[in-house]
Amino acid sequence: MAAQTGKSFIGRFGVHIAVLVFVAIWTIPTLGILVSSLRDKDQIVASGWWNAFASSSQSEAGRLPGASAQTQKDGKYVIEGNIFGDGPKREISAFGVKSSAPTQYKAGSVADLNDGVTLQMNADGSFVLSSPKAFEGDRGQRVYFASSAPPKFTPENYRTVLFSEGIGRSFMNSLTVTIPATVIPILIAAFAAYALAWMRFPGRALLIAVIIGLLVVPLQMSLIPLLRLYNGVGSFFGVPSKTYLGIWLAHTGFGLPFAIYLLRSYIAGLPREIMESARIDGASDFEIFVKIVLPLSFPVLASFAIFQFLWVWNDLLVAMVFLGTAPDQIVLTAKLNALLGSRGGNWEILTTSAFITIIVPLIVFFSLQRYFVRGLLAGSVKGG
Amino acid sequence: MAAQIFSAIFVIIVGVGGCVAYFWGANRLLDLIFPSRGVSGAAAINNLRRQGYVRPWLFVGPALIILAVYLIYPVIATLWLSFFDRGGTNFVGLANYEWAAGDHDLRNSIFNNILWLAVVPAACTFLGLIIAVLTDKIWWGTIAKSLIFLPLAISFVGASVIWKFIYEYRGEGQVQIGLLNAIIQYFGGQPQVWISLPFWNNFFLMVILIWIQTGFAMVILSSALRGIPEETLEAAVIDGANPFQIFWKIMVPQIWGTIAVVWTTITILVLKVFDIVLTMTNGQWNTQVLANLMFDWMFRGGGDFGRGATIAIIIMIAVIPIMIWNIRQANKETGGH
Repeated sequence: MAAQTGKSFIGRFGVHIAVLVFVAIWTIPTLGILVSSLRDKDQIVASGWWNAFASSSQSEAGRLPGASAQTQKDGKYVIEGNIFGDGPKREISAFGVKSSAPTQYKAGSVADLNDGVTLQMNADGSFVLSSPKAFEGDRGQRVYFASSAPPKFTPENYRTVLFSEGIGRSFMNSLTVTIPATVIPILIAAFAAYALAWMRFPGRALLIAVIIGLLVVPLQMSLIPLLRLYNGVGSFFGVPSKTYLGIWLAHTGFGLPFAIYLLRSYIAGLPREIMESARIDGASDFEIFVKIVLPLSFPVLASFAIFQFLWVWNDLLVAMVFLGTAPDQIVLTAKLNALLGSRGGNWEILTTSAFITIIVPLIVFFSLQRYFVRGLLAGSVKGG
Repeated sequence: MAAQIFSAIFVIIVGVGGCVAYFWGANRLLDLIFPSRGVSGAAAINNLRRQGYVRPWLFVGPALIILAVYLIYPVIATLWLSFFDRGGTNFVGLANYEWAAGDHDLRNSIFNNILWLAVVPAACTFLGLIIAVLTDKIWWGTIAKSLIFLPLAISFVGASVIWKFIYEYRGEGQVQIGLLNAIIQYFGGQPQVWISLPFWNNFFLMVILIWIQTGFAMVILSSALRGIPEETLEAAVIDGANPFQIFWKIMVPQIWGTIAVVWTTITILVLKVFDIVLTMTNGQWNTQVLANLMFDWMFRGGGDFGRGATIAIIIMIAVIPIMIWNIRQANKETGGH
């Protein structure tokens, strides 16, 4: 493969560059929310995340203390202090006293404000306002300044979303939905797959065709009848219609065609000799399945488990239809969607929440990528 | 919350335990009813045969029941409900379909779905193929593929937040915190509100799905490319074919079947696209699609099940050709087995 192209240096160089561009386009968006989620929330809106490691600058306005703060020094009336007060210190690069020229004077220089009044403002925020005449009035001098803050990273956003925005609770809800919905279908599908692969019975070919057909049936076809069914069952037994049990079963149902399809094609490919020699030794189908097929099928079971896990964890539609939106039921994806509505401009909350929702899939994905790819290759007719 | 975790663990134990108990118990019961050991030869053979009739159904039984309740019954019921009114009680004939034919939102959704269908599968397959070919030539190709593959693990909602951040808009002259507008402004252009830009906003939503699905296309196509015999490629090189000729005239025709599989898989996904539109625009600014419109009708003003079901049927009709093709392919492949 590698031999025929890119013989020339430029050709090879071009390939590297092209791939690098693709990788950049595919990773930068995710990097953006990771970096933003760790930034100080005031800095997120003050500069783009790609500037996160540079100092962020902003223009501010403030007012110096009034006449009551003045002291007499060398025959002059002086007001001293720090523009930042007791708050966090930033670095001032320039200042001014007119809104039309907010950065007229460099930090550290002395500005002449008519009638002998001078103002000196230093980079650390300290200022000296002096005048030959006494200051009058409570309203102090208005000042404008450009300041910059060093890059600031903080886990504060994570603390906020996990504990005050309800993401922590939703995380638990997502786990509650996902784990049973991943585990339950496996055994059910494995038995069916074995029967469809190695047992002869009338209607088998039809069943396989039906399952392949069901693979691509849109989820939308199931929603309304199931919602009615759940409401009916709920009111008949006087129980809530939106329950975890309901969504576990729904995800089991929606995952089964793919599970059976994937497992069947793998199990059908196991060597016939093993089955036959076991049968000659007097093993029943049940024993063959439990003792031979199940252990041999571990890779494909893992593939399916990863698929189902990712699918259920990332699902929004099924959760919105079959689960409530109260804090005790809302899953991460639905919570994130709700936050987009209620916290539309609060990027520190959105980026952090988004990163929390994708971190589990990313870990699963990176640690088990081999199985994931295998499943993908084996079952690529899946519609979802 | 502790109760919730406990109940989840309990369900796993009950669920798995129940499955094991069912399969083991049913199998055991069958052996007891039709014993094949400890009875005379003829009876044993007879019983073995009877076991052979019943056992497959014990194995596929639970799966069949769940499939019937969660997929087969709903398909029929949805078709049935599409002929009923909003509550699903009064028969209205073809009224919902007449409504569908004239509804402006629905027409807009179908138009947008067609746009998505025209762009997304093609873009994913094409980009996936290019990346698969390029990464095969370099030593760090595996790492590159992993990174491009990564968005596939991200939920559509998560991806929507990621891209919404990229499309974020601030007034002209302000500091842009959205990457796209920052780049535009850097080069002296005017920042835009991308997701409400008429017509083109659809494409900005499509980018998200392309970003997610290209990795899928890449992995499948990459493995198909590996399957092309080395000799074919070598022969082409000896005959003096240039890289583009090799790509278009040798590689692409050889993996045509795989391209079709990738294309149809993404096509089905596109027909059902919902999360991205809901979270990015909720169908505003003419970005509505069928799946989101259906969700809207399911819950709007207490829900209109008749119209919701009708929209589901429209999606289903679009899927049917692919479904038939899949079944045919599978029959061809499995043949006798």
